[in-house]
Amino acid sequence: MITANNNKAPALAVEGLCVEFRTRSGLVRALDNVSFNVAKGETVALVGESGSGKSVTAYAVMGILDPAGRVTAGRAMLGGLDLLSAKPSQLAEVRGRDIAMIFQNPRTALNPIRPVGKQIADVLIRHGNVPRREAPAQAVEMLRAVGITDPARRAKAYPFEMSGGMCQRVMIAIALAAKPSLLIADEPTTGLDVTTQAVIMDLINDLAAKMGMATIFITHDLALAGQRAARIVVMHAGHVVENAPTGEMFAYPRHPYTAELIAATPDSAASLDELASIPGTLPDLRRSDLPPCRYSERCPRKTDACAQPLPLAAPGATHIVACWNPLPAPELGAPILIASTESAA
Amino acid sequence: MTALLDVAEFSKLFPVTGTSGTWTRLKQRFQGGPEKLSKVHAVDNVSFRIEKGETVGLVGESGCGKSTLVRALTRLIDASDGSVRLGERELTLTPARYFARDPDRARIQMVFQDAGESVNPRFTAFDAIADPLRRLRKLGGKALRQRVETVASQCGLPLQLLTRFPHQLSGGQRARVGIARAIAVEPDLLVLDEPTAALDVSVQVVILQLLQRLKKELGMSYLFVSHDLSVVKLLCDRVLVMYLGKIVEAGPAVEVFDHPLHPYTQALVAAVPRFGEDGATRLRLTGEPRSPIDPDPNVCRFYGRCPRGTPDCTKAMPELRQFGTREVACHFAEEFLPPAWAKA
Amino acid sequence: MTDIAVSPQRESSLAALTKHARYALSENPVTGFAFALFVLIVLAAVFGPHMVPYDPLASDTSQALKPPSTHHWFGTDQLGRDVFSRVVVATRLDFFIAVASVALVFLMGGLAGVAAGFFGGWTDRIVGRIADTIMAFPLFVLAMGIVAALGNTVQNIILATAIVNFPLYARIARAEANIRREAGFVEAARLSGNSDWRILSFQILPNVFPILVVQMSLTMGYAILNAAGLSFIGLGVRPPTPEWGIMVAEGAAFMVSGEWWNATFPGAALMIAVFCFNLLGDGLRDLVDPRRRT
Repeated sequence: MITANNNKAPALAVEGLCVEFRTRSGLVRALDNVSFNVAKGETVALVGESGSGKSVTAYAVMGILDPAGRVTAGRAMLGGLDLLSAKPSQLAEVRGRDIAMIFQNPRTALNPIRPVGKQIADVLIRHGNVPRREAPAQAVEMLRAVGITDPARRAKAYPFEMSGGMCQRVMIAIALAAKPSLLIADEPTTGLDVTTQAVIMDLINDLAAKMGMATIFITHDLALAGQRAARIVVMHAGHVVENAPTGEMFAYPRHPYTAELIAATPDSAASLDELASIPGTLPDLRRSDLPPCRYSERCPRKTDACAQPLPLAAPGATHIVACWNPLPAPELGAPILIASTESAA
Repeated sequence: MTALLDVAEFSKLFPVTGTSGTWTRLKQRFQGGPEKLSKVHAVDNVSFRIEKGETVGLVGESGCGKSTLVRALTRLIDASDGSVRLGERELTLTPARYFARDPDRARIQMVFQDAGESVNPRFTAFDAIADPLRRLRKLGGKALRQRVETVASQCGLPLQLLTRFPHQLSGGQRARVGIARAIAVEPDLLVLDEPTAALDVSVQVVILQLLQRLKKELGMSYLFVSHDLSVVKLLCDRVLVMYLGKIVEAGPAVEVFDHPLHPYTQALVAAVPRFGEDGATRLRLTGEPRSPIDPDPNVCRFYGRCPRGTPDCTKAMPELRQFGTREVACHFAEEFLPPAWAKA
Repeated sequence: MTDIAVSPQRESSLAALTKHARYALSENPVTGFAFALFVLIVLAAVFGPHMVPYDPLASDTSQALKPPSTHHWFGTDQLGRDVFSRVVVATRLDFFIAVASVALVFLMGGLAGVAAGFFGGWTDRIVGRIADTIMAFPLFVLAMGIVAALGNTVQNIILATAIVNFPLYARIARAEANIRREAGFVEAARLSGNSDWRILSFQILPNVFPILVVQMSLTMGYAILNAAGLSFIGLGVRPPTPEWGIMVAEGAAFMVSGEWWNATFPGAALMIAVFCFNLLGDGLRDLVDPRRRT
């Protein structure tokens, strides 16, 4: 398994990311103070239900937010470059070469009227510094590397001629063609059969290990995240609620929401009656009176302390929880919670 | 005891369209007779029973034929061969086109995967639930309103939401509308086609528990189609595993998933992400599935991807054989049986 | 892309429609302008003949070919008739032609197309061949031919316009019905005991109608131009009936000698009407697309 590594400079450091959307029914505060690091070569899973903001985070980092969305605060440091304030020309250099993304629906993410081999070659030429004449051959090699049989023939095929699993492999090939240091995978296997999912995830993990590439893996499937990631970041309503190594998170979930999420996953229960649903509903993110902790209104462990701004993480902490009344975990000891000096958002 | 639903040797074949023009097809027809047309064997010689009050799960991946089977059972399409008996009545005798007006139409209903797609976007929730009541139970006016409200409450749908359109409802609320519509006419058999696939995990729990409760209250049987094995294990008494149009394994849900006998079921179970496991497992399916077009009747459908395949697998199609409460279609089934079970 | 938690608001369907309408109009003021213009045209069509200062048919040769003045705002034509009155009264006829043509083609083309798309098979083939046959002709020539064969009446102009537009509506309706044929809600309707005809009428048609409405607005503009064109070459409405096209035709001869008002004012009316319908079509698309509602 890929190990977490906090000592070296991170591949990606997201700090205090805030994103808003202007909609006709009001201003939606989609992300509030989202921070997490991805170490070099680490696989981090960003887990949450719909509305948690996990995809918005990825899109903000890549700079492809919907036009109605704005980053109002925060930085996303990729190496020395802040992606959120970079000029479009700088972003164009970095995207594809240093950071790449694969999406949920492979068929719609590929150009339907261009053979797949050419689409891979495009990336090689633009970002991989590969001469035009050699690009097609290397594209075929990429197809082979992602496990497509008979790659020379398939390189001439169009996306509609291929199955969902194969299209996803092609998308991976395109993303990895220029050997980026960070891959963001947005629900790459949702919609694929579970056997295909296993094979695709194996492929991503293998390639990442071979290339020393860091991966951010976005999913709503907690069990899948647990299987494939060294570290899990749980999001709820635009907040990061917990950030911990995988084994520790499942053994000792500290945030009430994480515990509820685990208890609601079918795999965790022996019978239907044991499954617990999460109380309450997501708060309306258009409200201007959102409490500092967006889970507090539905949280069974709410205390008076929860009215203050969320605690900051202690520097160097490996298990971060954004809660003033976290679940007890005697083996881990009490968490160090630092009061925020900023006023409530 | 007559089963609620008895499916025997059911097959559904589709002619392969789009690959040959009218001229080629005409030539085929006159030179070789209609049997020469290429056919996709979507469902091939499938037999099973559903007893009253049972929840039977149907699992399989895309292309296995479960959607086709489900559409045939709910009489949206016709069978090519075989029988489907609902109680004493043979359903295949009535063409699907005419079944909408049949008195037994209300006995089999379906809950669809994506309630957003399966409710007319111009219908309110009330209209959607009222439609089967109007058509099949001839209700109107006050009686209709009362029945819709009763059913909506049974499904946990707040009454003020009945005037909303589908796009104004949350995923969970839409799912409840779909369920309310299906149970409004009190069917004997409810087919659920991945009803929670599009829902968040927390909403899924609530909907599954609702389905469990409704089944007991209304005495229905369920055919629960899903790709999510963990959910099937929780909800279903028995499960059928399909691959490329055939049932490859059947048995009590918990037993099938804890001790799968067929190599495909084993690969399926191995691929499901479980808590506490890491991704490293040796059992992975390689290659592409065999073609469902005019398959060789003597070759096992799983041959080529099966980790156990031998030349014997190309000589005779493995039939579904019974081992106690389990059924498996594999020549090597005995090897996986716990010793106490070996067929006498 | 954004899955944002939105708490649903309580609204009746009419209130929702008006709110959406106001939003759509405010987003695009041009639509509002087109809509206002449309209302003006309708008012002119309905009330015009009762409010004009002069009888459009009354000729007074002593007043022939007078330029625009305070007595005759748009001047007079070669028979001394007030051009302004004729232009306003012609609104009713042209508007009627437009609406009737569009209604007819919607019924013919819409129903045929929906049936073809939904049932497929021979229905589809027959409708397809009819549409292909019509499209084989240059459309205006076909309209000319129909009117020439059947006679110069308003009814025949309407019929000719409808026939010429049939393939377009049939094609759109067919495509929309085809897409929805396999939709989940159609299967659900079958399970609920709806026969094919019920599904066609109550499930498919209401979903296809909005898309055709946009096309209908555009066709109204075309219908007027078609009638005007036919009149221009003498195959349309007969004199002395006031109709924009025929007025342009008669007035064109006088342009050279300097009496520009005969042709210009009816021509401007034509242009404004067609312009208005086209803008309205664009705006209507925003209005009726349910996906754009909150």
